[in-house]
Amino acid sequence: MSTDDQTYSAAGEVASVAERRTWWDRTWRNLKKAPVTAWFGMIVISFYFILAVFAPLLAPYGESQIFDTPYAPWSSEFWFGTDQLGRDVLSRLIYGARNTIGIAVATTALSFLIGGSLGVMAAINRSWLDQGLSRFVDVLMAIPSLIFSLMLLSIFGSNVINLIIIIAVLDATRVFRLARAVSLNVVVMDYVEASRLRGESLGWVMRRDILPNILPPMVAEFGLRFCFVFLTIASLSFLGVGIQPPTADWGSMVRENAQLISFAEYDMKAAMTPLLPAGAIALLTVAVNFVVDWFLHKTSGIRDEK
Amino acid sequence: MKSKSGDRTAGDLLLDMRDIRIDGFSDDIWHPIIKGVDLKLHRGEVMGLIGESGAGKSTLGKAAMGYAQPGCRITEGTIQFDGMDLRAMNDAQLRELHGSRIAYVAQSAAASFNPAHRLIDQCVEATVGHGLRPDDEAKKDARELFAALQLPDPDNIGDRYPHQVSGGQLQRAMTAMAMSSRPDLIIFDEPTTALDVTTQVEVLAAMRDIVEQFHTAAIYITHDLAVVAQMADVIKVLRYGETVEDAPARQMLKKPEEAYTRSLWAVRSLEKPQETSEDIILRVNAVDASYGSSIKVLEDVTIDIPRGSTVAVVGESGSGKSTTARVITGLLPPMKGDVLFNDEPLPLALKDRTKDQLRRIQMIYQMADTAMNPKHTVRDIIGRPLEFYLGLSGKELDGRISELLKMIELDDSFMERLPSELSGGQKQRICIARALAADPELIICDEVTSALDQIVQEGILKLLLRLQKEFNITYLFITHDIATVKAISDQIVVMFQGRVVEQGMKNDILSPPHPDYTQLLLSSVPEMDPDWLTSLLESRGETGAMSASGN
Repeated sequence: MSTDDQTYSAAGEVASVAERRTWWDRTWRNLKKAPVTAWFGMIVISFYFILAVFAPLLAPYGESQIFDTPYAPWSSEFWFGTDQLGRDVLSRLIYGARNTIGIAVATTALSFLIGGSLGVMAAINRSWLDQGLSRFVDVLMAIPSLIFSLMLLSIFGSNVINLIIIIAVLDATRVFRLARAVSLNVVVMDYVEASRLRGESLGWVMRRDILPNILPPMVAEFGLRFCFVFLTIASLSFLGVGIQPPTADWGSMVRENAQLISFAEYDMKAAMTPLLPAGAIALLTVAVNFVVDWFLHKTSGIRDEK
Repeated sequence: MKSKSGDRTAGDLLLDMRDIRIDGFSDDIWHPIIKGVDLKLHRGEVMGLIGESGAGKSTLGKAAMGYAQPGCRITEGTIQFDGMDLRAMNDAQLRELHGSRIAYVAQSAAASFNPAHRLIDQCVEATVGHGLRPDDEAKKDARELFAALQLPDPDNIGDRYPHQVSGGQLQRAMTAMAMSSRPDLIIFDEPTTALDVTTQVEVLAAMRDIVEQFHTAAIYITHDLAVVAQMADVIKVLRYGETVEDAPARQMLKKPEEAYTRSLWAVRSLEKPQETSEDIILRVNAVDASYGSSIKVLEDVTIDIPRGSTVAVVGESGSGKSTTARVITGLLPPMKGDVLFNDEPLPLALKDRTKDQLRRIQMIYQMADTAMNPKHTVRDIIGRPLEFYLGLSGKELDGRISELLKMIELDDSFMERLPSELSGGQKQRICIARALAADPELIICDEVTSALDQIVQEGILKLLLRLQKEFNITYLFITHDIATVKAISDQIVVMFQGRVVEQGMKNDILSPPHPDYTQLLLSSVPEMDPDWLTSLLESRGETGAMSASGN
C-alpha cells in the first residue's frame, strides 16, 4: 500500500541525538552559564584548596614555631600577631586550612561510603535488613549528635582517627536516609528488575544501576554535609575534644585566642584575631553552599528560559 | 460575559487558526515543532487530530487554547476564537477563557486530579471560580452530568476522593469537569489511551453523547484511528508538524488521499497463520499467587506454552496477566502449584535459579523508557547479557553487539547512544536485542507495543515474527490489544479476575460462540467503521451486556 518514500525504517525514526561534546567542552559551557555566586564560591574554594596543599611553602613560619612574645600585636613581622604561646597566627591559619579541611573531607567521604552503601542496600533489599538499619539509624538520630560525639570522644580518647570515625558514623545516618530515599525511586524501575532477572549480584546493581542515577542529589548532599562536618569538627575543637594541640586548627584557634576579644577597647586589631579563624570557617561554608545551590539548581531540571 | 446558551447554533465558525508556527527549545536552540498549520473548527463539530508521537498533535491542541507549554513558543500565525484573537491576549484574559469557554481533558486523569480534594469540588471549581454559577447550582448540575456520563451512584460519587474510583470513572469525572462550565470548545488529549478496551467503549460513548447534547466543539487528539473514527466529524492527519491530509471522517476512512494516511490505515492488516507444536516448553501448573495478603491475585492458573509458538494472554488490567509473568520469572513465588520448563520444575524463587535457567527465559517490558538504565549506552545494554551469560569480551563482544544491532534493523552508529537519544520504537528494539543477546528459548513480552505508534507497532511485531522464525523462539505475549493478538499469536489465553476464562487456538477463540467475558472483550475493540460504536451500543442495549464489565 505504501509508496517508497513512506516506507518505514527503524533506523530512520526521528530521535534527538545530543551533540557529542568532550568533557571539557561540556564543563566549560556549564561554567559559562554559572551565576556570579557560584563563581565566587568556586574561587574561594580553590583559594582554600591551594592554601591547604601548599601550606609549608606559603606560611611564613612553622606550624608550631614559638617566638618570644606571646600576644604580639599585628605588625609587618607577624601580620596577624602571635597567639598565647607566641606562635604566628597567619602561619597557623594556613596550616589550619590543611588540617581542618583535610579531616573534614576524609570524614565526609567516609560517612558517604558507609551511609551511601547501606542506604542503597536497604532500598534494594526492603526486608529485615531495611527495617533493622532504618530503626538503628532512627535511634542514633534521636540522640543530639554533638553531645553524643562528645561522649564517644571522651570514652575512646580524642585523636584524629577516632574523630574521623565517630563523626563519620554519626553523620552517615543522614546520608543513609537520603541515599535510601532517592534509591527507592530508582529501585522500582524496570531496568533494575531486568538486572535482577538476569541474575546480577547486589554489588553490580548498586554500582551500575543505582549509583549513576542517584549521583546528582548525592553530590549536592556531599557539599552540604561537608559544611556540617566542618562545623562539627570546629565546634568539637572549640570545646577541646577535637583536633589536639599543637596541630593548628581553626576551631581551637578561636578558643585559644577568645579572650583577646575583650581587648577591643584598647587594640581593635588584636580583638580581631580570634575572629579570623571564625571568619575563615564562615567564608568556606558560604562558598561551598553557593556552589551546591548552583549544582542543585542545574541538576533539578528547573528551566529558567521561557 | 455574554450568555452562551443563546448563540449555540451549530455550524458557525468557532476556532480559526492560521499558519501556526511553534518552536520548541532543546539543546540550546529553538527547533520548529509546528510548521505552518491551519485549523478551522465549527460549533458542534468534533475534529480528530491524529499522527505519530512527535507529530505535534498535543502542541497544536494546546495552541488552540492560546497556550504554549514551558519550553515552547508560538512564533507566528493567528488564533481566532469566536472572533477574539487569543495571541493578543494577556495571561489574565486567557485565564478568563480557560475553564469557562475552553476546557481541556488530559490523558492521565489520575495525574490531573488533586488527590486531597473530593471529585465534585474539583469538578465545579472552575465554574464557581469564574463566577458562572453559584456553588450549589454547579454541584447540582455536576450530579446531572455524572448521571449523563453513566457514572454509578451519580448523587454520591462526587463525594469520593480520586483514589476511590476506577480509572475509567475518573476519566469520565474529568469530562464532567470539562463540561461543568458548558464550554464552547473542549480539547481531549488522548483521553482513553490509558484505559482498557472494555472501559474505553463506555468512556467514548459518554463523551460522544455529551458533546452532541450540548453542541460543544471538540478537538480529539489520539493516535488510535479506530477511536477517531467513532468520535470525529472531520479528521486532520499531522506529520512532522505539518498537515498531511484534512477531510470529513467518512470520506477519509473510505478513501484516504495521501500515501502516508493510507499507510496508517494499512497497519491493522498484519496477520499470522496459526501454528502449533506438541512439544510443551513451559507449563504453568495450577498456580495460586498473592501479594502478601489473603486475596488471591491468581487462582488455579494453568497455561501450556508450545515450543516455537506465540501464546497471547489477554484481559483487562487487574486480570492477573502481568502477575502470571512474575510467577514465571520467579519474581513472585506462587503459594501453590509449580512452573515446569522443558518438563523440569523451575525453582519457584528467583534466587534459587541457576544462571542458565535465568538465561533461557528473558523478558521485554511495556515501557522501554524505564526498562533501560538512562546512564548506560546501547553498547552497555546489549553487551551486558553477552558478558554475563556467555562471557564474551573484547573484539568478540563488539562483533556480537553489532550482529544483534543488525538483527533488529539498526546499525553500528547506535552503539554509543544513550536511551534518551533513541525514538520509542528504537528503544523497544534495543530491549528486544538485549533479550535476544542471552540466546533465550522463551521471551515474555509484557505489552511491548502498547506504548508505541501504529506504524512503529507494526514494525516491532514484524521483527518479533521474523526472529521467531529464525531462532525458533517461543513468546508469551501479554496484551490487551486484540488487533495485536490477531497479528502475532498462535494460541490465546483469556484471563479475568485472576482466572483463565478460556484458552485454545487463535481461530477457535476468535470465532463464536464465546463465553460472556470473551464476547465483551472482543466486541469492545474499536473498528475502523464510523458506525461501529453506535451499533455496538444498540446491540448491547438489547442484551444488557454492558453491566458485565464489572466496572
